[in-house]
Amino acid sequence: MAIDKENFSRREFLKHAGSFAGGVVFVSLINPFKFVFATKEPKGTGKWYGVAIDIEKCIGCGSCARACKVENDVINEPFFFRNWVEQYTITNDEQILVSSPNGGIDGFKQPVPEEEIYKTFFVPKMCNHCAKSPCTQVCPVGASFESPEGLALVDITYCIGCGYCVQACPYGCRYIDPTKGTVDKCTLCYHRLQQGLDPACMMACPTGARIYGDLNDKESALYAFIKEHNCAVLKPQLNTSSKLYYNDLSQEVH
Amino acid sequence: MPLQVKRLLLVFAVFIGIMLGLKYFLTPDSWREYGPYRGNALKEIVNQVPKFVQMEDCAACHDSIAEIKSQGEHNPLQCEICHGPGYRHIDDETVKMEIPKGNAVCMRCHTKNAASPSGIIKQIDAVEHSEGEDCINCHNPHQPWL
Repeated sequence: MAIDKENFSRREFLKHAGSFAGGVVFVSLINPFKFVFATKEPKGTGKWYGVAIDIEKCIGCGSCARACKVENDVINEPFFFRNWVEQYTITNDEQILVSSPNGGIDGFKQPVPEEEIYKTFFVPKMCNHCAKSPCTQVCPVGASFESPEGLALVDITYCIGCGYCVQACPYGCRYIDPTKGTVDKCTLCYHRLQQGLDPACMMACPTGARIYGDLNDKESALYAFIKEHNCAVLKPQLNTSSKLYYNDLSQEVH
Repeated sequence: MPLQVKRLLLVFAVFIGIMLGLKYFLTPDSWREYGPYRGNALKEIVNQVPKFVQMEDCAACHDSIAEIKSQGEHNPLQCEICHGPGYRHIDDETVKMEIPKGNAVCMRCHTKNAASPSGIIKQIDAVEHSEGEDCINCHNPHQPWL
């Protein structure tokens, strides 16, 4: 089926090219560009979990990190955390010091004397359960996924431990569990949520700095919290649609 | 149709057949139940046993302590923040809960730190405040102030 060069006129070529270009434009009009969601686009029905953390209330006791390790059998060593607390200290000469000794479980020490501190605060970190999660999109075997409730979860029987998702997460919320050889991460205590219990970190927080809830439910405590406080997410420029909202988040936090 | 095209089509048909067979046998049962992943994975995650029980479960037996605690400043705190997870103790009371010794547990929250926002809880410098004496010599942890 060679092209008949003799009979292929300029007029014919322009006709074909024009109709092809017109077709592309037409298709793009009836099916316009959509945001990439790892799973279905949220429709506004059912649960759609989000989390809010009030930095104004976090006292840095590390109860959340401790409770998470117990509840989810996370390896009891530094570097393996599903959630952890960071202490930010900004000195008068504009140095930003971040420390998280054993994720905050062992308590914090202020590294600079009080008169040199410009600003200091605790930032609890955990999985952002992004609506457009970069981690679930890179999984080559479909072991990382977003549940219908909007939680990024891992199917450990199918995870091959390649670590792509660990690199893809811009918030550093995943780790490879050396005992299982698979990836592990915060599930927002999915097993507890489905049984009507609060996630372990929310339960353990003594000051109520952590709030979770259904973003589709306009009556929920989370919805009210986001409405009443000036909340921000981490790394909004990455367009991950993070669902972890911080009240009173300083720009220095990354 | 030329012979070489027929042969090529045959090879294609064989390969497509192999791929369909592989797809049939290797796709997990609940694949695409909710999305491009195993739907059963959600059920497997839900099967995990919760280790922290709720304060009401503690109060069912330890009602006198719950009563004392409900009148103090530690009222909103879950018992298991200090005493550890209670899922074993609830089934078998010979498995004891942790009874924290020393000041370390108190100082998790009450250590003075500039990063900690003021006015949320009382924070002290342990040495300055009590010169190393045990907190429980003066304060009842279930009801720190009367």
